[in-house]
Parts: sequence; C-alpha cells; structure tokens
Amino acid sequence: MIKLLTTNHFEAAAVILFGIGFMNMLLQDNLIKKFIGLNIMDTAIYLYLVSYGYVIGRSAPIAEVGKAAQFEEFINPIPSGLVLTGIVVSVSVTAFSLALIQRLYKKYGTLSFDEVLRKLRSGEANTYDSDS
Amino acid sequence: MILTHNIAHNIPFISIFLAMFAGIITPLINSGRKSCLLHKSVTVLIGILSLLLLFHVEFNQERFTFLMGHFPSPWGNELKAGPMEAVLAVVFSVVMFLTVLGGQYMIEKDVAENKQNLYFVMLNLLFGSMLALIYTNDIFTGYVFIEINTICSCAIIMSKDSGSGILATIRYLIMSILGSGLILFSIALLYTLTGQLLFPQLKSGIMQLANTGEYMFPMTITAGIFTLGIAVKSALFPFHTMLPGAYDAATPSSSGILSGLVLKSYIIFLIKVYYCVFTIEYLREIKITNLIFFLGVCGMIFGSVMALKERRIRRMLAYSSVAQIGYIYMGLGLGTSIGATAAMLHIVAHAVTKSMLFVCTGRMKDISLAGEADHCLRGIGHKAPVSAVGFTIGALSIIGIPLFAGFASKLYLALASFYSPLKMAVSLIMLAISMVLNAMYFIPPVVDIWRPLNEKDANYRIEPDIRPVFITAVVLFIAVNFFVGTCYESIFDIFEVGVALMR
Repeated sequence: MIKLLTTNHFEAAAVILFGIGFMNMLLQDNLIKKFIGLNIMDTAIYLYLVSYGYVIGRSAPIAEVGKAAQFEEFINPIPSGLVLTGIVVSVSVTAFSLALIQRLYKKYGTLSFDEVLRKLRSGEANTYDSDS
Repeated sequence: MILTHNIAHNIPFISIFLAMFAGIITPLINSGRKSCLLHKSVTVLIGILSLLLLFHVEFNQERFTFLMGHFPSPWGNELKAGPMEAVLAVVFSVVMFLTVLGGQYMIEKDVAENKQNLYFVMLNLLFGSMLALIYTNDIFTGYVFIEINTICSCAIIMSKDSGSGILATIRYLIMSILGSGLILFSIALLYTLTGQLLFPQLKSGIMQLANTGEYMFPMTITAGIFTLGIAVKSALFPFHTMLPGAYDAATPSSSGILSGLVLKSYIIFLIKVYYCVFTIEYLREIKITNLIFFLGVCGMIFGSVMALKERRIRRMLAYSSVAQIGYIYMGLGLGTSIGATAAMLHIVAHAVTKSMLFVCTGRMKDISLAGEADHCLRGIGHKAPVSAVGFTIGALSIIGIPLFAGFASKLYLALASFYSPLKMAVSLIMLAISMVLNAMYFIPPVVDIWRPLNEKDANYRIEPDIRPVFITAVVLFIAVNFFVGTCYESIFDIFEVGVALMR
C-alpha cells in the first residue's frame, strides 16, 4: 500500500488535494474559504494532468535553432496546454465569484453563508448597501 | 440543394462565431434597446442558417466534420454537425428569440438601465456557448464552453441585483463549479487512459481498452464521474437545490432560458459523449445507464411531489423542471437508441413549453400586486388574457394533453420503454404516476387564474394586456408548441437518423 502510494505520489497527492478542496467547498460556511476550496480542487486536477505529461529528464518541446528536434528529448506538451486553458477558466470563475461575494458583503455585511440566509429570511437586506 | 457543401459545412462555425462576435461588440453599444435588437437579429440569423443546414443535412442524410483552421486530427479542433445538431440549433434559436421577445419589457424593468447592454453580452455569449456544446467534437472544448455557460448563466440570474438574487447566484455557482470540477477530473482521467481528446479517437481508444479488458475499473469510474458532473450541472434529482431560488429571483427571460435551454445543453453534450465516445453498449455493460435511469425516475416523482407542496408559482415551475429533467434521464437510462431519441424529443418539448410558462408567469406576476402565491393570481385571466392563455396551454402541454408538445415526447418515452423489457414496467408506472402528479399541481393554478373576478380580487394593476411584442411572442410560442405537438413524427424521425449517424 505504502509502496503504491510512493510510486504514484503525484496521483495520491492530487486525489487528497481534490478531496480537501471538494469538502472545503461543500462544508465551509465562509464564502471566501469556500472558493479557496474550489481553487484547491482545480489545482489538484492540474497537478494530476501535468504529472502525466512530464517525463523525468526531458525538457519543454522547444526546438533549438540549427539543431534537429528529437522526439525523445521532449515531454508531452498537450497536458500543459490543457492546464493553461484550465487555469484561465479557473481564474475567470474565481474573479466572478469574488465579485459576487463582494456584492453580497455590501448588501448583508457578512461573509458567512448561514448568516446571509438568516438575514434574508428576517428581511434585513440592504442594511449595508452603499451603492445602489 | 440550395447550398453547396462548402457553404453548408461552414454554418456551425459561423453560428458560434456570430453569437460570440455579437457578445464582443455589444459592450460598445450604449443602449439596452439597440443591444436587444442586435441580439434578436443575430438569433434570427443563426436560426435561418441552422434551418438551411437542417435542410442540407436532411436532404443528404449526412453528418460531417468541420476542421477548425483546416488542421486534421489529432492536431486541430473539430466541429461535427448532422440532422440532430441542426434541429437542436433551430430549436435553441427559436426558443431564445421568443423568450427574449416575450420577456423584453421585464428586462427593461428589472435590469438597471446602464447595465442592460451587459445583460445582452451575457445572452449572446450564452447562446454561442450552447451552440458550441451542440456542435463540438472535442471533449476539452466542451469543458471550456461548459464553464462559459456557467459564468453567463450566473450573470443573467443576478442581473436583477437583489439580495436574494445574489444569494441564489452564489448557490447556483457553487453547485455548477462542483459539477465542472467533476467533469474536468473525468476528462483528465480519460486523457490519461486513452491519450486523446477528440471524440472519434477517444472512442477507438476506449474500444481498444474494452476489447483487451484493461483498465475496466478506472474507465467505469471515469464514466461515472463524468455522468455525475453533468447530472449536477443539469440539476438532476438530488442535485436540484440550486434551481428554485435562482428561477424565483431572476427576470422571466433568464429563468426561461436557463430552464428551457441551458440545462438541456449539458444533457445534449452528455448524450453526444455517450454515443460518440463511450458508446451506449459499453455504458449498458458497466451499468451507468441503470444509475441514470434510477435517478431519472426518482427525479420524476420527487420533483413533482416538491412542486405539489410549493405555493410560489415560479418555484413550482422550477420543481416541475426537476421532474421534466427526470423524464429526459429516464429516456436516456433505458439504454437504447429509441430511448435517447425520445429523450431528445422531450428536450425539445420541454424547451418550447417551459420558456413560455416562465414568460407568461412573469407577465402575470407583474400585473398582480399581491405577490405570486397561486391564490394571488386568482382571476387574473380576465385582466391578462394572453399570458393566461399561454400559461394554460403550457400547463396542458407539461401534463401531456394531446395536440401539445408534452404529449408527443411522453408518448415516445412510453413507447421506448417497450424496447427495454426489464425497465418497462417501472417506466410505465412512473410515467403514469408522474403525469397524474403534474396534473395535480398544474390544474389548481389554471383553474384559479380563470376564476371569475369579484370585489375582493381587485389586487391588480389596471393595465391592459396589449403589448404587441409580448402578444406576438406568446402567439408564436403557442404555434411552435402546437407544431411540435402535431408534427412530432417528423422531428422524431430526424432525431432517429441523427442518433443512428452518431453511432
């Protein structure tokens, strides 16, 4: 079991991180922490993907001028490309969520999800609303 | 045919490009009305182009691949279109256009004036990404457009900028992101197992593994995680908690588009992945179809039961959507081509019906001053006859009365169940129970709406129901509903050919 974990340490780390992120996202009450959970979850997947494209001892697939490129020298660049796209998506989702949280904070003056729900039920909306 | 192959094959790309381009230039227009006009023009144009594409592919019985930038696989990205994709693009364009047309005056009312053009930016991007999900032939491209869909959906939910709206948006966002995370994880697993991302190459990779019996367990987990991710995104029971709040808080057009189109676009992507990547035989073998059949059947019953308990009409419609999504998954879970075809027909039927219901409810709620519990809409049919007629027809269609769209799809779902002997009895019993439940929660509001007005029920704005744009939208919606409800055989045939061509 330990041997399995140490040989597949990238996968093991990715799965543990994914679990931490997922549970954080589900269980945290603080909205900012919830979205940090999301980022941990995404990063776990990126780690997993990148680890599959990387081959120890090889370099990035950039050919040098005047030297014929050898396939065996390079790592697989596709997972890195996917991860870059994934990072862009993740950044936009995070930016959007943070903007939403800021808006919610302006309306209710708290970052706690339960507190916001309580205030919404008791009709305390717009208490901290300064710009609308 | 009227189109050459070359022009017809460019239509999928042009449609996506037009919608995305409209989204990019809309912020430059500083007027909500002009942005709305641009959005509607683009939608109509894409609708016409998709109709031409439909004629072309139906005439030639073909399903073609469009190479983006003319790079052949595995280097380039691909779009793929056949009869099924073309019909869906036409339906999406029509429903999008009519929902915006019918809810236009509410958008003007609900969204701040200086932000109306931004609302249409989101609608254009949303439309573009839904088209991309219909046409794409690459699983990672699908993921990227799923995320664009998520962000745009959240933006149109919160466009009203109320406290409850923002909270509903955050809920929707959290559930959607959990779904996206699962989808991304399954794509990463699929890539590591096969080394491919385009549908045809993925399919041959999976077939190779299935033949050798290698990696069966990881493949089952991957298919399961992908299905779970899409189930969360498309609000299949028990992942539906994000819907009621979001639909209740959003402007009617947003609710109509989200319920009628956005949820469906994820399911269409799922069906494409099922048929073009995993193949339905393989999914039957690893019992994934049984899982979605079970969840679908649960959704049909519990969605309806929750709708029955709900007193606020838009939340009731949201729970009704949960039940209808259950029907679609049940059809897909039958694990046969005819089941998937019936599920597709239900996607169309529900899209044209639920959007109309949301637009009409928005109008009735706007006229009522007493709130939106169903007893508050008592007698409103006499004040707002057009929206009340639209609501009544929508309700009859959802219940499954002949001549309307809902009847056709339910009939085919029942017929499809005969081809899966083991699931037949459960499907038929659940269809019958669910239809009775549908009638139980839709008939009381309809009866209430048409009740005679008396002195106590004067809680309505004295505003005549003569907005020509709204009336046109509702009349067209009814016509489309009637068309789907009467010409369902031809639509079913097209889907049947489309599903056969996907295999």
